[in-house]
Amino acid sequence: MKNIVSLRYIWFLISLLVIVPGAIYFALYGLRTGIDFAGGALWDLHFTTTQTKDLNTEKIGAIFAQNGFEGAQVQVSTVKVDGKEIASAVVRTKELSATAPEQQQRTILAALTKAYGEVNRESLQSVGPTVSAEATRSAAIAVLGACVAILIYLTVAFRKAPNPLRYGVCALIAMLHDVLVVLGMAAILGHFIGLEVDAYFLTALLTIISFSVHDTIVVFDRIRENLMHRRAGEVFDDIVNHSIVQTLPRSINTQLTSIFTLTALLLFGGVTIRNLVLVLLIGLISGTYSSIFNASQLLVVWEHQEWRTWFRRGSSAEA
Amino acid sequence: MRNREIVPFLFIMLITGLCAWIAFAPDNTWLGRDVSVRLGLDLQGGTQVLMKADGVVEKDIMATAATVIEKRVNGLGVSEAIVQLSGKDRIIVELPGVRDPEQAIETLRGTGRLEFIDTKGKFLNEGTIVRTSGNPEPKVPEVDASKPVDPANPQPTVSPEVYQSITDGRDLDTRQVALRVTNDKISTKPAVSFAFTGQSASDLATFTAANIQKPMCIVLDNVIVSCPVVQSALIGGSGEITTNARADAEKILNQLKYGSLPITLSIESSRTVSATLGANSVQASIVAGMVGLIIVALFMIIYYRLPGLLATVALIIYSIIIFAIHKLIPITLTLSGIAGFILSIGLAVDANVLIFARLKEELRNKRSLLRAVDAGFDEAWPAIRDSSASTLITSAILFVFGNSFGVSLIKGFALTLALGILLSLFTAVVVTRTFLRLIVRNEGLHSPWLYEISNDPDLQEQSAV
Repeated sequence: MKNIVSLRYIWFLISLLVIVPGAIYFALYGLRTGIDFAGGALWDLHFTTTQTKDLNTEKIGAIFAQNGFEGAQVQVSTVKVDGKEIASAVVRTKELSATAPEQQQRTILAALTKAYGEVNRESLQSVGPTVSAEATRSAAIAVLGACVAILIYLTVAFRKAPNPLRYGVCALIAMLHDVLVVLGMAAILGHFIGLEVDAYFLTALLTIISFSVHDTIVVFDRIRENLMHRRAGEVFDDIVNHSIVQTLPRSINTQLTSIFTLTALLLFGGVTIRNLVLVLLIGLISGTYSSIFNASQLLVVWEHQEWRTWFRRGSSAEA
Repeated sequence: MRNREIVPFLFIMLITGLCAWIAFAPDNTWLGRDVSVRLGLDLQGGTQVLMKADGVVEKDIMATAATVIEKRVNGLGVSEAIVQLSGKDRIIVELPGVRDPEQAIETLRGTGRLEFIDTKGKFLNEGTIVRTSGNPEPKVPEVDASKPVDPANPQPTVSPEVYQSITDGRDLDTRQVALRVTNDKISTKPAVSFAFTGQSASDLATFTAANIQKPMCIVLDNVIVSCPVVQSALIGGSGEITTNARADAEKILNQLKYGSLPITLSIESSRTVSATLGANSVQASIVAGMVGLIIVALFMIIYYRLPGLLATVALIIYSIIIFAIHKLIPITLTLSGIAGFILSIGLAVDANVLIFARLKEELRNKRSLLRAVDAGFDEAWPAIRDSSASTLITSAILFVFGNSFGVSLIKGFALTLALGILLSLFTAVVVTRTFLRLIVRNEGLHSPWLYEISNDPDLQEQSAV
């Protein structure tokens, strides 16, 4: 039988190899926060009578600056609408004025029309500083609240297994692993493709948390069941290993179906939720990995209290 | 014995039939009820604003303000609009499908305080912001002093002097506010007629009688609307405001008709989406959903064969029920809601996958087919229950947290996800199980190939354990 458990430190190493680069990017560049959390306004404009190559980012930025939006970040691209190629500009500015936002929109659109012909405002979102601060606080509360609720539920659900708290804690560590993977990847993607951390990202993160625990529970449920029918002389490692092997087809199949549906969304599902889907894909793969290769392995580490030997044997065991 | 399957089977058929009836109801009416799909702002276009009252405001004043805004929204003729109090001092307004969002929002949040002022014989230009004795500190859009003024669009300035108000906006008789289009030979100018009552009416009469052939300015929310010359004394306090365009007249009408707002509102956040962007998102999502469903169905059938086919039928039933629930309640469909739905397909499949994996094991352990079906469900149940519960907990937290405005799109996602979990429990545990039980009674469907167990490479290993 393939022995997954005996290779546990290799699995931990693989996790580290993914997390550490992300952590480095996170430390160096941080996350690129969207307007939901940082405040500001996002203008998505379509120029129906102008080619993309004729759009000048500096000129558009200057038009915004003349009308009270200094430091506008302009991104020009071509989008396809009903098979037609349309020049588009996404502009990020400070938030609209609280007293006369309507006037600001009209002057900007009039100035852009003067320069480039007809301009359609596809979408415009503006988030004021109080709202973005509240959103950030709520986000932190939501993530913490989800963690605590799941820990309590798992401890109760596994109360008949020996050491129920272990299951909750190990599931939580695996979940933390996924959060770290996703945050690290978000930092890397933010640096290279400009992925922004917005409300959609938060939705994805919380979904990943719940799916990660979902996966872990399926494996833990097997361990719990196999422990109850434990034969004399059977060691804990073997029970865990056996449980993983038993649930492996299910883990892979569920993972595959999720990847299928998410890939369909990624390819056909429209631009607006593309980042949401991308983050979900990363997180779900990490979630399946961590439930098999982290959560269950941690149970074994805890059973043997292996941390006692880590320092005795030096750094090789830790790696 | 047979009743054990027949009753649930009939129940499933009844539910599915009912839901299909709702989901595909002709003209989107079901039993006289409108069951058309409600699309969120991101899918049909429109605007959403969060407005905050300036200063400390009492609760019932906020409620009055919300009522006034709601009446004005109805006056705009926007269907399915939402006006909602949020927290102590905020109002959320959602206007789906509105064509000119700026104009609409201006209309809604304009205070609507109508005043006549004594300008001591001076004419003032339209659009000038004035201080009046009624409101000496008007709100002015922030002006950036370092910027050169665009001559075509000069920033408004505020008059230094405070003009005496002749009337008080509170004395406006809202019942007598009406739109009038006068057709004289010179021009067609839409106008709004109005009438004051009480003290303001008699003050206006006294003032106009004393100032014939002199200008008198009409001020709305501290902005000069017009400065007509008094032709005769205005007895009874009635008069009219002439405008240049019908849209302007309609805006003033809407603001005056439903009474003035007791507070000033500033805009904290806003979201505007064009209708075309929304329509594209709907199409993209439908394609993505269909492609996702088809791939999952193919995968299930190829991998699990007969049970996979049954699971696919269960999945279709699941989709029909979800769709019917969205139409019936109705739940507003948003982009993130669709993402939640497509993810929940994965969850629905997962419950089936868990059961089938157990079923295979039981069959390998040489159980009879019927016993294997029951055992498979019983063994898989704790895992399904615990994992569903943990996902439900997270969706509940997402839902509560999604009430915070900045992230309101999360709410739709949480709701569809939670609904998806509950329903997938039903389809996996009731629908698939009943179908499987009915099938295994049929001797012709007992071939091991149908359950994909004869040529499994892991068979030896598994049974050895």
